[in-house]
Amino acid sequence: MIKRFIVLLFLLGLGLVFAGLLSGYSADNELNLTGRYYAEHTAQDIGAANIVTAIIVTYRGLDTLGEVTVLFLTATIVAVLLGRGVAQKGKSLQRDLPKSGELLTTGSFLLVPLILLLGAYVFINGHLTPGGGFQGGAIVASAILLMLLTDPLRHFSHRLISIIESISGLFFLGIGVLGIFLAGGFLDNRIFPIGEFGSLFSAGAIPVIYSLIGLKVGAEFSSMLVNFSETEGS
Amino acid sequence: MVYVAMVTGFILILMGLYGALTNSNILRMIVAFSVANTGVNIVLVAVGYIDGRTAPILDAAVPVAEAAVRIIDPVPQALVLTAIVIGLGVTTLMLAYAYKLYEIKGTLDIAQFSELKW
Repeated sequence: MIKRFIVLLFLLGLGLVFAGLLSGYSADNELNLTGRYYAEHTAQDIGAANIVTAIIVTYRGLDTLGEVTVLFLTATIVAVLLGRGVAQKGKSLQRDLPKSGELLTTGSFLLVPLILLLGAYVFINGHLTPGGGFQGGAIVASAILLMLLTDPLRHFSHRLISIIESISGLFFLGIGVLGIFLAGGFLDNRIFPIGEFGSLFSAGAIPVIYSLIGLKVGAEFSSMLVNFSETEGS
Repeated sequence: MVYVAMVTGFILILMGLYGALTNSNILRMIVAFSVANTGVNIVLVAVGYIDGRTAPILDAAVPVAEAAVRIIDPVPQALVLTAIVIGLGVTTLMLAYAYKLYEIKGTLDIAQFSELKW
């Protein structure tokens, strides 16, 4: 009881801090210096219609590389932690799995290709519409999740997933390094022509980089899902 | 409008922390942390909102020349996109460790893990 009281007291204090922040907050009426720079220069310099994409892939491309690295590390650690379950494959199931049912099975046949298509659409159009590599990758992985829901014991090739992941990661880095030689610096998108503003083949290397990020993120999320799912069998 | 989002975010943070501090089941703590994480993201996005403006995507509705006066701040949005992905990574790691802990002790009750208690 006393523990819960202390928790409530702590949260009350934090709530007061938040209330203080909120009462002192006044919304901006115009963009600050950084936002204004991005708003005015993205169209000419980067050629991407989606300014958030321009920031993530080009202006702050190095941070995105770090972000993808963090995801890669997470996927690796999950594989190392949970991977041992695969070695004891001979063991019987802890419990009987319920049948997935006609509706889910048939529905997943219909939906999985459509979800994969939507994921590819989202990451290829990342420079024009809301979305991009990370969102598209998450959508692609949700198709894998649907397949795992249909059949939790389904086997996915770890080799294929890691090949997709390493190849897209290598190409991402390779395009970044090309930027040093052909354009202004590491991960510069102007190694390809910027093209007509607002069309699919525009914004230089951004669609390529974001597609590679989408594949990499999709592969990493899928490998996490598959690793978690395989603990069911151990 | 922006205050609605901010209050929602702050309430979600408080709810998440309450859940993480009072529940003894590790899985529930992980869910609570995700709720708090969502709250932080909502507050961050709300900071970039400017009344009467639209999303930072240049198209027919937002001509390039008027971009600076028509769009909201894109920087917090880029920041939150990163934060969501990292949050997912953290949640995944917590779940993996929770599975490992369950394998060792056969329980997810935090009170049973007393090795590092003092």
